[in-house]
Amino acid sequence: MSRRPRPLTAVAAVLMCSATVAACGSDSGSSSSSSGGAKTTTVGFLYVGPKNDFGYSQAAGKGAAEVAKLPGVKILEAENVPETSEAARVMEKMIRDGATIIFPTSYGHLEPALTVAKRHPDVIFEHQGGLKNSTNLGSYFGAIYEAQYLTGIAAGHATKSNKLGYVVAFPIPQTLLNINAFELGAKSVNPKVTTTVVFTSNWCDPGKQAEATNSLVAQKVDVISQHQDCTKTIVETAERKGVDSVGYHADASSLAPKGWLTGSLWNWGPIYTDIVKTIIAGQWKGSKYDGQYRVGIEDPTIQVAPFGKAVSAAVQAQIKAKEKAMRAGTFKPFTGPITDQAGKVRIPAGQSPDRTKLEATDYLVQGVTGKIPSS
Amino acid sequence: MFVEDVLTGAVRYGASVLYATQGELIAERSGIVNLGTEGSMLCGALAGFAVAAETGSALPGVFAGLIAGALLALVHAYVVINRGANQLAAGLAITFLGLGLTAAIGTSYVDRRIDGLGEAPIPLLSDIPLFGNFLFSHDLLTYGALLLAPLLWWFLFRTRWGLLLRATGEDPEVVHAYGHSPQKIRYLATVAGGALAGLGGAQLVLAFTLNWVENATAGRGFVALALVIFAAWKPLRAMLGAFVFGGAAALQLQLQARGIDVSSFVLEMVPYVLTLLVLAIASWRGGQQMPAGLKAVFDSGRAR
Repeated sequence: MSRRPRPLTAVAAVLMCSATVAACGSDSGSSSSSSGGAKTTTVGFLYVGPKNDFGYSQAAGKGAAEVAKLPGVKILEAENVPETSEAARVMEKMIRDGATIIFPTSYGHLEPALTVAKRHPDVIFEHQGGLKNSTNLGSYFGAIYEAQYLTGIAAGHATKSNKLGYVVAFPIPQTLLNINAFELGAKSVNPKVTTTVVFTSNWCDPGKQAEATNSLVAQKVDVISQHQDCTKTIVETAERKGVDSVGYHADASSLAPKGWLTGSLWNWGPIYTDIVKTIIAGQWKGSKYDGQYRVGIEDPTIQVAPFGKAVSAAVQAQIKAKEKAMRAGTFKPFTGPITDQAGKVRIPAGQSPDRTKLEATDYLVQGVTGKIPSS
Repeated sequence: MFVEDVLTGAVRYGASVLYATQGELIAERSGIVNLGTEGSMLCGALAGFAVAAETGSALPGVFAGLIAGALLALVHAYVVINRGANQLAAGLAITFLGLGLTAAIGTSYVDRRIDGLGEAPIPLLSDIPLFGNFLFSHDLLTYGALLLAPLLWWFLFRTRWGLLLRATGEDPEVVHAYGHSPQKIRYLATVAGGALAGLGGAQLVLAFTLNWVENATAGRGFVALALVIFAAWKPLRAMLGAFVFGGAAALQLQLQARGIDVSSFVLEMVPYVLTLLVLAIASWRGGQQMPAGLKAVFDSGRAR
């Protein structure tokens, strides 16, 4: 019965399949170009997910499309790029294909980008959200929690049960800031409101997202916001369950015609195009992009999504007025006294820490239900 | 009600794992270890979703999921049965193949919307307190999951074909001498196992999430592989394991929604720890259960 062993078959199969995986991880990139100047500049964009995820990668993809419209600029794109050395391989390939500017758009693309940047000093890298830089790698990001404060106002008005829900991947400063801002915004118009947090320990697992949404709805939560990479499952599940949604990253209002309130969006086009123009003009070195460039609600990068039918004109006007005050710098959402869950004062009365300080947030504010794992 | 929520969550969340577990169990009972279960689930999930999206109806998606899962398992069957390849290596390769293929093909389906299978509560029965919701208010595929384990138990231990299948896993030479082809039986078992894994993937996207993303199954196929071993290759015990896993996975999210004061990192471990614990207790006096034919696979990677 036993057959002659053929170990080579298995090895061949493994090789064939890893090649397939590698291929689809990177080379699904499309490119577009516009003719203009004599010399074409090639810009590479890496996304951690697909560009149609109603989330983080979709927002980045929309910005890249703006860059493609610049005269004399051609873009290369790669979707589903994992946050591993695979990202380095994709960047190397883009450089071989002529890219002189690279946007690694996901947080975990930073380390591979630093490695590749060292090997190619003539290529300029702009990382989205990076906390490390090198001579040819800068980073940019935005204080999207400022928009999340404004969407919290819509949620605070919309809730009937005074219970909001927040589906989050991991407890990191960025997500904690968003949750806090959301609760503070909601509480500014509805003192009784609480926000319950569910951590999914994954940036995009629709199974967990669906179950987390179901669980929150079972607890009478009637407005759900989120911080995930892909947002579609939560928005759709909330709509089916008849509760309201506050979106994140990208406009998903088409998924929830009844329950969509608003959302916090990235509008990367202006910043991407300005970075590319600065580099083409040869002025990157020493510019604001050569380092850690950060913007807030005063910049077009951070936007409040179009409002849904459920948000009244009065509430829209209230939100717009607050947004104006934030843009003018006369109102700061994190102004003390702000106390954490345990009742400890984290921001003393009258004080409002700057963005750098806020980016070290390691607590949830009073009114939020949820546990941060102690480190 | 809390208990009801957990039980309903267990069935809803565990059904996809249950399909894959029973599928792998059939294959392993015949002497074939298929580490490609995750790949079959992914293929089933994407095929199910894509067909549902294109046809606008979830039912054809169920069949597409079944066929896609079976096709990928067919590759495994060919490579290990006809070509004598190392089963463990081939299975892993199949999983990566499934992962890569579905990620590449599936990109255009990420933003598509489907209606899903829809719940079909059974009249009268679904009104029973406590049990009504978690047993009798589901969709077609989830009902199927509930019936699958008892059916498989009956097939394996009460029918002649089941006996042949088990005998193939224990000692293929005896089956051969008895006038049957062990290869043919293993082919059928592996492909049937892949079909069930495909159904599991289809359940996930057609009845639960109604969405496709890259790596949509997120390791559920590997959970199924572990469950088969810890359930000592017994269908009913595997069902218990799948539902304990699903229940605990749902429970940890539900506890957070209820505002329990426990770290999410600890809660994240609960499904795995609890499932291991329950199955360890269930197998307390089990002794050696592994089909004899599998020993060779784990020793040398090849079927006898």
